[in-house]
Amino acid sequence: MKKLKVSADLVLILTVNLLIKRSHPYIPNSLPEIKKEMMQEIGTESIDELYADIPKKYHLRKPLNLPEALSEFEVKKQVEGLLSKNKTCSDMPVFLGAGCWPHYVPAVVKEIVQRSELLTSYTPYQPEISQGMLQALFEYQSMICELTGMEVANCSLYDWASALGEASRMAARLTRRNEILVPKIVHPERLATLQVYAEPAGIIIKQVAYNKETGQISLDDFRNKISDKTAAVYIENPSYLGFVETQVDEISREAHAHGALFIVGIDPTSLGILKPPGDYDADIVVGEAQPLGNAMNFGGPLLGIFACRDDLKVIRQMPGRIIGMTTTLDGNRQGFCMALQTREQHIRREKATSNVCTNEALCAVASAVYMALLGPEGLRELGETIMRKANYAIHLLSKIDGVEAPVFKSTHFKEFTVNFDGTGLSVKDLHKKLLERGIHGGKDLSNEFPELGKTALYCVTEIHSEEEIERLATVLEEILVRR
Amino acid sequence: MFKQANWNERLIFSLGRKGRRGHVSPKVEEKIKRIVGDVNLLIPENMQRKSQPKLPELSEVEVVRHFTRLSQMNYGVDSGLYPLGSCTMKYNPKINELLANLPAINMVHPYQDEGTVQGILGILYKLERWLAEITGTHEVCLQPAAGAHGEFLGTSLMRAYHKLNGEIEKRREIIVPDSAHGTNPASAAMAGFNVVVVPSDEDGCVSIEALKAAVSECTAGLMLTNPNTLGIFEKNIEEIARIVHEAGGLLYYDGANLNAILGKARPGDMGFDVAHMNIHKTFGTPHGGGGPGAGPVGVSEELAKFLPVPRIVFDGERYHLDYDRPHSIGKMRSFYGNVAVLLKAYAYILSLGFEGLKEVAEVSVLNANYLAKKLKEINGLTLPYGSEKPRKHECVLSARHLKSETGISALNIAKRLLDYGLHAPTIYFPLIVDEALMIEPTETFEKEELDRFAEAMRKICEEAYTNPEAVLKAPHNTAVSRLNEVKASHPRNMALSWRMYRKKK
Repeated sequence: MKKLKVSADLVLILTVNLLIKRSHPYIPNSLPEIKKEMMQEIGTESIDELYADIPKKYHLRKPLNLPEALSEFEVKKQVEGLLSKNKTCSDMPVFLGAGCWPHYVPAVVKEIVQRSELLTSYTPYQPEISQGMLQALFEYQSMICELTGMEVANCSLYDWASALGEASRMAARLTRRNEILVPKIVHPERLATLQVYAEPAGIIIKQVAYNKETGQISLDDFRNKISDKTAAVYIENPSYLGFVETQVDEISREAHAHGALFIVGIDPTSLGILKPPGDYDADIVVGEAQPLGNAMNFGGPLLGIFACRDDLKVIRQMPGRIIGMTTTLDGNRQGFCMALQTREQHIRREKATSNVCTNEALCAVASAVYMALLGPEGLRELGETIMRKANYAIHLLSKIDGVEAPVFKSTHFKEFTVNFDGTGLSVKDLHKKLLERGIHGGKDLSNEFPELGKTALYCVTEIHSEEEIERLATVLEEILVRR
Repeated sequence: MFKQANWNERLIFSLGRKGRRGHVSPKVEEKIKRIVGDVNLLIPENMQRKSQPKLPELSEVEVVRHFTRLSQMNYGVDSGLYPLGSCTMKYNPKINELLANLPAINMVHPYQDEGTVQGILGILYKLERWLAEITGTHEVCLQPAAGAHGEFLGTSLMRAYHKLNGEIEKRREIIVPDSAHGTNPASAAMAGFNVVVVPSDEDGCVSIEALKAAVSECTAGLMLTNPNTLGIFEKNIEEIARIVHEAGGLLYYDGANLNAILGKARPGDMGFDVAHMNIHKTFGTPHGGGGPGAGPVGVSEELAKFLPVPRIVFDGERYHLDYDRPHSIGKMRSFYGNVAVLLKAYAYILSLGFEGLKEVAEVSVLNANYLAKKLKEINGLTLPYGSEKPRKHECVLSARHLKSETGISALNIAKRLLDYGLHAPTIYFPLIVDEALMIEPTETFEKEELDRFAEAMRKICEEAYTNPEAVLKAPHNTAVSRLNEVKASHPRNMALSWRMYRKKK
């Protein structure tokens, strides 16, 4: 009896294997008899006939050097095995930020973005059958406007860096000028991206010095550099190095007095407690919405914020998809569709405001869900929690001998600089020792900002507990004492 | 008959009640509160937020219900055929979603010490090698976030190449065929080039005579989709490559249609110097209603030195991120690419292997030709540019006759298809076909679903002659009836946010 069962199983396995070979689970028509029926209908003898128009010399003659096909179980095992070599933020406290931040993603967010009607849909070209996605994106745009104090937002760009690139080009088109002022303290990856976007458009990037004490933009240098050639002035708030730039009203006034646009880059988690850029007359707001409900995923996908004012001249120069409200033709029912498509590449071609089509729509939906979950009070609390925990870390680290935190005398939100000049150790060596003790330090700035000495950028968010922050301080102290 | 959910779901701003909340963030420990104190004392007065953002206030339950209802008013590949031409809307394997949602990828920071991210670096490194093998290119860069982003990288590489050769002042022109995707000319313009359009010949391929006339010492390159947007293979590709290269230009491959030739032929072998791939098309990752996708770019050996940093390198034991590339154009974005999407592509290739990928191409072509055959027999529809010639993965039909005889346009057909619970094809593209219906079934739909589509098309065209009103007023069965798209862009009504809507009211 037992023997019989084994052989029955064996037959089953063999049959399944054969079936997989003949008919792949993802390819229903790979079944030979269906292929035959369909070829008959077309009037062709073989599939090769359908490829006869490809010149012979380009037909692949030997198999490509690719892995052997695996079953689902084997795929899962292999990928999980490879990924298990990673260490994650749940294996150890990680104090890294700098453009991608560890935040908690509520279970609801993951659940909604896995709804397959949203997940497996295309850009909503047929609005009547895509109202769900369109309304969700409209709500994302609307919530970004509320948060930033702006009036129009697009439904996403790739990330903060590329959004800044697009903003610089938009400012140049609007002002017909070709210079953009950027603070000296800016994320090097954003600056490098801006250069790629700006250079072909003939835009020149000028960097404005900072006050050595506070990190704040040097107004003297700013006034020296701004002119009637300035298309836009760009600042970040909080800055790349974590402090709040407080001279926003002056900078905004001066920029506008020179006929330049004012572009502000933001971290939206700060806007529950910090003054929104709309309140200091920003013309364009860019930023990174990854912290609003999107996982880090080793740095991508991210979610570029792009918002501006309700000024038709400005709106018509915006890059990216924008969802608008409308009604049905009979006027009976409210609905949503893509608006202002005449700006876009599929209509305007080389005269389009940008080449963007696929953006980060589902990440925008995640952020909409996140903002709806938190609400105004939740976002304020989140901002306060982050700021308190980060400042607690500053408090503890600054007490350690040889350690200075932060380098700049300014208000810090969730990131801050830590200087190790007084310890005699390089950031690299210190971080190596930290890692050996199960803590991942911040981002080493020694090469990026040599003038700041042995400095690193640390990040603390709502996910870091009191215990983890204290452990960081204790372990650092231990390492330094032991030397 | 199909009937889409119609919840008449109000805007989220008009739901909920003041004081409700959907999520509670981790609390701040008492000791921290005591030591740090009130944050408003830390923030300078002029930088404090004075009034709260007008976000909705909802319980978790209401948030879930709202977005679930919205999702039910949406149509995806999992709902049925989604034959948008040039968009390759294929099935998105569920196992890949599961893998991309593991903490071992979600919770990894891009600046972590290399020693702690060997797993994901290894996956990305191998994926680069596989994509290079599939496209016949020398090196692949995973950084671009989407196809158009890959195109912009491609045109930026062309710019860097001509710049290094001291020819950028002279080589100002990029040539695109009149059948090209709109992103091609837009990407050329973003990298600072002027666009020269060459017409297609009577076969629907690039006119060789026109191309010869268009190239000159001003040519920076040609951007070409192959098979092209008509679903026709550019059979003169060898001559096209020769003409462009002899003029000193580079050849760019728009990979939107790569699905048709996976494992059958490779752009690199055809002489293309740069090629982008659309991971969310060819490699089965979901499109998410407009992203995230990924648009890796493969290049010839000569162009590899210009690729963005960092490059992933392998020393035989460990993977590293190499930023030391003096000729690199810099960066297209922050970090390394849409990693969560790329991970799904890795799993997709593993699930299919070489034989499977070849099968993908062959069945996608079989499906397209099957539909082309069935559809061109329908009264009112034609298959322009060589009705008898085989197509690759997509076919473009024209409803010109139907329109002149009944007044029913491609747009009307598209809207009526929605009533059958089928997504519409791409319409009015490529621009060289009147009343175009551009249909790409992909390999992942069964014959029965293709038959259902063909049958719906037949009925609609029949209806155009017998009861055109039903088609003109379509759709009837979707969440909303036909929308006024003009109104959405009219300055008087334009409401691009809730804030703008309130102001207009």
